[in-house]
Amino acid sequence: MAKAKTLGMMGDFAVAEAAKLCNPDVIAAYPITPQTIIVERLSEFVADGELECEYICVESEHSAMSACYGASATGARVYTATASQGLALMIEIVYITASARFPVVMTIANRALSGPINIHCDHSDAMLARDSGWIQLFAEDCQEAYDSTIQAFRIAEDKRVSLPVMNCLDGFVLSHSIEPVTTLPIEDEETLDGFLPIRDPLYKLDVDAPIAQGLLALPEFYMEIKRGQQEAHLKSLSVIKEVIQDFGDRWGRYYPVVEPYQMDDAEVAVMTIGSSTGTGKAAVDELRAEGKKVGLVKLRCYRPFPVKDIQAALKKAGAVGVCDRAVSFGSTGPVYADTAGAMVGRGGPLVKNFIIGLGGKDITIDTFRTMYDNLYADLAKGEIEEPVEWIGIRGE
Amino acid sequence: MADYPTRLADLPKEERSVSSGHRLCTGCAAGTIARLVGKAVPDKPLIWVNATCCMEVATTIYPFAAWHIPWLHNAFENTAATASGVRAGLDMLMKKGRVPERDIEVIAIGGDGGTYDIGIQAISGAIERGHDFVYICYDNEAYMNTGIQRSGATMHAAWTTTSPAGEVVLGKKEFKKPLLRIVAAHGLEYCATASVSHPLDFVRKVKRAVDVKGPAFVHVIQPCLRGWRFDTSESFQVARLAVESRFFPLYEVYHGYKYVLNYPNPALSKVPIEDYLKNQGRLRHLFRPEKNQEIINIIQEHVDLEWEKLLELAEFSEKSAIY
Repeated sequence: MAKAKTLGMMGDFAVAEAAKLCNPDVIAAYPITPQTIIVERLSEFVADGELECEYICVESEHSAMSACYGASATGARVYTATASQGLALMIEIVYITASARFPVVMTIANRALSGPINIHCDHSDAMLARDSGWIQLFAEDCQEAYDSTIQAFRIAEDKRVSLPVMNCLDGFVLSHSIEPVTTLPIEDEETLDGFLPIRDPLYKLDVDAPIAQGLLALPEFYMEIKRGQQEAHLKSLSVIKEVIQDFGDRWGRYYPVVEPYQMDDAEVAVMTIGSSTGTGKAAVDELRAEGKKVGLVKLRCYRPFPVKDIQAALKKAGAVGVCDRAVSFGSTGPVYADTAGAMVGRGGPLVKNFIIGLGGKDITIDTFRTMYDNLYADLAKGEIEEPVEWIGIRGE
Repeated sequence: MADYPTRLADLPKEERSVSSGHRLCTGCAAGTIARLVGKAVPDKPLIWVNATCCMEVATTIYPFAAWHIPWLHNAFENTAATASGVRAGLDMLMKKGRVPERDIEVIAIGGDGGTYDIGIQAISGAIERGHDFVYICYDNEAYMNTGIQRSGATMHAAWTTTSPAGEVVLGKKEFKKPLLRIVAAHGLEYCATASVSHPLDFVRKVKRAVDVKGPAFVHVIQPCLRGWRFDTSESFQVARLAVESRFFPLYEVYHGYKYVLNYPNPALSKVPIEDYLKNQGRLRHLFRPEKNQEIINIIQEHVDLEWEKLLELAEFSEKSAIY
């Protein structure tokens, strides 16, 4: 039995503590900055007998996800963590795991993709996997990264979902920052007081009831299988909301899939994902104190993309800037593209895109002030002149 | 000493692994390999992890599967890593009492492309980590599933679609990668070569490999009638010649250093490599329009050198006191 404790924890430590609490049966992982601390910590738990788990020190991230796939097929609870190049290396199997409907929880300590090589935060790694079929959650702070890890296992293993979940926390900004984190008070550690039952898989590799998994599917069935996968993914949104509600009702912390902040009367708003949300909220408070009616919408759940929640959150604003810490070269930021798609033809706000914080470029209150100023300028003109603006570029 | 069948008739009649109705080519011995693995260990529950390869695409076309045992496919290069995850999952679930305690064997299988080339990192990693599983490489000396492209296993001078026999370059320039010696260098308890032409030897080796607690590896030669260009009735004769010509000798390596030669018997006179080469369409350019004795000699010299190396290793192992 464990009581709730509030401790100063780095994001990586918080995630490792949460993963341990969930009793994974198998962890297969490979070190990569800024995620490494998570798997180091978990290997210590195993070495000290605090966590009973097969810990596979694989020789690459590709093998990490491959081993997770194999382990999940047996019905085990499976965890891994990676970042950046690691996710890029394993991406082939990231897709296959989702299409096999094998629950796996993976933490991404978001880090820029090479090149140039860079170890600092942006979301280009997670965005590489946005079409993979994984559920993707982004944390605002270390507490949320902790809580989200626990929610992720429940979501992934819910039989109505049976999909892998990617939990993102911003590299260094969260992974290596110490924040107060309150742990869960748990009496029954086996099931987290009933919140997270022992995994009961729909299908598994069972020598008494053999099935074949991972079959070749040709044009007669491929598209039908993909349609089924899409339906399962879309339907998972209601389960995610249910899990968020249950978690909040038990432990008092609620994290909606889309969280409006000061949006009731907002003239202009930005939409954020990840740790910049906290900075954005501070900017909103400052600007509100100066009499400006600005707001913010935090997107926590990026896949499935909560279209209706976003429409509801943004509909009353005059102009909205969607922040992306990634860019689809030759196009726009990915979150913007999704959001614009959700808002098109609805007579709602003007929508534009801000590209911010690539490769760890600081996102400060001034960054947000610039974005709000630009949105007010667009609102005054009644149109978006420059749909994609890069904020904070040297010499601009 | 384990009890090994000495006659084909001693093998179980029932098919434990793959069933009839699969879509492998007529005369393809890959199906024979899968069947013999099942028959080698009639008393053990198996879980089969299959690489992307002919065996995979021909036995599991959705919504059909030709397997009597739990079967899992992930991708091409990661079969050993997938198998290590299966092993770890099973072991932990049994330890925690969520799956009944059983001596389940995990078989991982891939072709030569998935083993020699794209899969070798995952295999090396899984063997180094010591997972209890058996990896079987069925070696048909090219990427047959994609239409006969050259692999690290393809023999010298062989035509493939990416090592064509042209006016200037006559088939594959390089020699076959010494896979089993690479595997043996990991120091695993048991690895061996085998051939479809020697089914009882193969069955014995699979059984031996399954009995190992830890990783074991069996490398079996499987002539491909489509890729090597021979008649559907000849898979086993071609494989036999591969062994008897000393091109693909059958041997075992214990603990990474004790080499034991099984076939061919060194006391028997050598079958010239030409006998092995001459009936394979992939090597036709060595015989037509005129015979290319120079390349045939190069292949023979290479075979002789590898054979001498193997005899030396076997002789050294016999004398060595450390085993």
